[in-house]
Amino acid sequence: MMWIDTIVQGILLGGLYALFAAGLSLVFGIMRLVNLAHGDLIVLAAFLILVMVSALGLNPFVAALVAMPLMFAIGWALQFYLLNRTFGTDILPPLLVTFGLSIVIQNGLLEGFTADSRRIPVGGLDSASVALGPINVGVMPLLTLASAVAVIIGLNQLFYRTSLGRAFRAISDDPVTAGLMGIRPKNIFATATGIAMVVVTIAALYLGTRANFDPTIGPARLIYAFEAVIIGGLGSLWGTLFGGIVIGVAQTFGAAVNPEWQILAGHLAFLLVLLLKPRGLFPRAVD
Amino acid sequence: MTDASLTPWKVETRAKASATFAIVAALIILLAFAAPLFVSRSVLQDLFFILTMLVLAQNWNLLAGYAGLVSVGQQAFVGFGAYAMFALVILAGLDPLAAILLAGIASSLLAVPTAFFLFRLQGAYFAIGSWVIAEVVRLALAQLKMLGGGTGTSLPREATRDMPALKLVGELFGVKSSGAGDILTYWLALLLAIATIGLVYRLLRSKQGLGLAAVRDNQEAARSVGVDARRMKTLVYLAAAFGTGLCGALIYVQKARISPDAAFSVVDWTAYVIFIVVIGGIGTIEGPIVGVIVFYILQNLLADYGSWYLLILGLIGIAIMLFAPRGLWGLFAERTGIQLFPVRRRLTGGTVTPSKKGGPHG
Amino acid sequence: MALLETKGLTASYGDFQALFGVDIALDPGETIAIIGANGAGKTTLMRSIAGILANQPNAVLFDGEAIGALPAPDIVARGIAMVPEGRKLFPSLSVEENLLIGRYGRAVAGHWSLQTVYELFPILKERRGNPGTALSGGQQQMVAIGRALMSNPRVLLCDEISLGLAPVVIKDIYAAFPRIRAAGASLVVVEQDIGQALKVSDRVYCLMEGRITLSGAPSDLTREKIHSAYFGAGA
Repeated sequence: MMWIDTIVQGILLGGLYALFAAGLSLVFGIMRLVNLAHGDLIVLAAFLILVMVSALGLNPFVAALVAMPLMFAIGWALQFYLLNRTFGTDILPPLLVTFGLSIVIQNGLLEGFTADSRRIPVGGLDSASVALGPINVGVMPLLTLASAVAVIIGLNQLFYRTSLGRAFRAISDDPVTAGLMGIRPKNIFATATGIAMVVVTIAALYLGTRANFDPTIGPARLIYAFEAVIIGGLGSLWGTLFGGIVIGVAQTFGAAVNPEWQILAGHLAFLLVLLLKPRGLFPRAVD
Repeated sequence: MTDASLTPWKVETRAKASATFAIVAALIILLAFAAPLFVSRSVLQDLFFILTMLVLAQNWNLLAGYAGLVSVGQQAFVGFGAYAMFALVILAGLDPLAAILLAGIASSLLAVPTAFFLFRLQGAYFAIGSWVIAEVVRLALAQLKMLGGGTGTSLPREATRDMPALKLVGELFGVKSSGAGDILTYWLALLLAIATIGLVYRLLRSKQGLGLAAVRDNQEAARSVGVDARRMKTLVYLAAAFGTGLCGALIYVQKARISPDAAFSVVDWTAYVIFIVVIGGIGTIEGPIVGVIVFYILQNLLADYGSWYLLILGLIGIAIMLFAPRGLWGLFAERTGIQLFPVRRRLTGGTVTPSKKGGPHG
Repeated sequence: MALLETKGLTASYGDFQALFGVDIALDPGETIAIIGANGAGKTTLMRSIAGILANQPNAVLFDGEAIGALPAPDIVARGIAMVPEGRKLFPSLSVEENLLIGRYGRAVAGHWSLQTVYELFPILKERRGNPGTALSGGQQQMVAIGRALMSNPRVLLCDEISLGLAPVVIKDIYAAFPRIRAAGASLVVVEQDIGQALKVSDRVYCLMEGRITLSGAPSDLTREKIHSAYFGAGA
């Protein structure tokens, strides 16, 4: 029975990691860019929600809704004015600029909010649980996984059912010909990063309500997100969800054996997949 | 083409200023070795810091600037080298000096399995992959209770005090063992820095170095003329692991106290190093030298401002990458044509006859 | 006044100059053909007009407006669509999606819609759900033409549409041209196949080494004239 509980908790934790990873997966799928500041942007959004909750007395879920357009604007501007300038044949500029950005955001947050641990209060929700057959499941973890599934469905709809989604795929296939269709790469990339930041805001809501956070935890979230994306296979959103769950389950199993092994077990699961299936479990057919 | 044969082509790697520079460099090195005679202990410690950061920067530059392998996980080798040295001293009772060398070898051995994993990842994914590896090594070493686990440990005092080399230095300068320790580690750092620059310079001027430049510029083309890109990159990766691990061990002989969080700090051993190289000029030997000096000055100017310091460093790094991607040295070399370590081959003599035909199909 | 005009158009790739002052003009309702050997600069000319290569603003005029320096999306928005050499369908998009994306930068009302494109090339309707790249070469070319038509262009640029296709397939594709013209588009057709070019066009320009060496109505051009303009005098 304990093992079932461990697996369920792992799957629920995987929902959180999938939320971290969905934005990264989206951006990589469209522009082959890895934003090394992704984790720090999640933490930034968590602080944004925290400020609205504590200063304006908003409900955290409402605060997240308010934060979404703000984060979209931040992502749009970041891509349009900064990251678009780094594109070229050389991979160094985008990597090093986003690495610099990661350091800037982290230390900006440290300056503004100190290194203290924070948590976004959600009333009694964080201790509420429901019985699923023989095991008890927390309401917040369940909401996290449901949100992750909803986000992935939403992104897939966007990708495969809308004109914007067609433009995303076209530009990822062939930017020059996409230009002949009237698609403007700079605007499309900015929109994609804006959307990724909306997903980041959702991830931040659960990051901040489920556990303590401080300005320095961003890079670790980037690493979990990255592992989920690689395990799932580049460019596959459902694969990313699955990858998140693999990391989550590995971590809860590791923790069940020895609490110190939680994080290490997640990394080892990633290395194992990399060893056996270097292209991930669900590689996209067209690449 | 008859006129070209009258003035024959000559391939040169020496450029203007490099000959004078060689003499100046020799004088600087002599002066640097004699430094303990006329500078204070705190200056020596600052110089030690500068030199070790320079070694780390040269190694990272070799990876990213020449082999195109952007790693954000070099702290894996700093930390592993340091821990290997601690293990050899504490568990095997070795002399710390011998342990430094073995720690470098241990780091390059660690690089064999990590290369196996990392070379499955391309470009940006290589970068984060290297970070994951560093985390795995940190978490694994934190499990070793005999090396202090998560809280870390110190070098036994007798091990650092009773080094034969230390006694010699102490008698030579008439100082106590702690002062002699600073002199000794400073000299080692100086030696390591000179050796690193020398080896990188030799590598880049060799046939392998030319192959490396070809791989960086165009992997497909390099392959078609018989340069094995993967092999070259693996060799560079192993060499950088050796240099970085050696340097990590040396840094921790001087610190004498280790913990997993400090030894595997991404900020201390990778972020700073990246900023040094980017600010100074990536892809040149001069760049990291300029970068480490700028870095040291900035650190002293902004030391009291806490996280503002890193924030400003990050902004400078971003600005340089956007507006002067070849760094401060690149700007300087562009204006003056000066190269202190000429590794690019220059074609001199001959006359250029522009060809009118050929080119891409229209 | 000509609908589309180039005036002293030059273009280079780095040190290599591909075009040396090219002047062509396209009148409303007209079809012109550009012929020339490999490397003569035909594709460069198309890419310059389409905005993939930037030029001096006044080197390309559309409806009297200087458009030489505009990027591709601005050119499409004004009503110049291109069928690129090699078809260049988007592999991640289905046939229908490839057609739909042709409207992305210019969604104007006009003759062409999914329905009319399917009427023009009925086979595409059957294969609408397939990935664009799963089709035969000729069908892919139909998708590429349909995709360009979806923006209801005033000028349609066709770059080497017969390249690599069997003669019977080429005939099928060119059979659609009268309807494309009837719907109101003026055409610029780049062709290596001289016979095809003469058949489809009102006027012909011959390019050699980046310069126009011959122009005129097909009926005024003799084989010898074309031959020397194509390969250079004395060839």
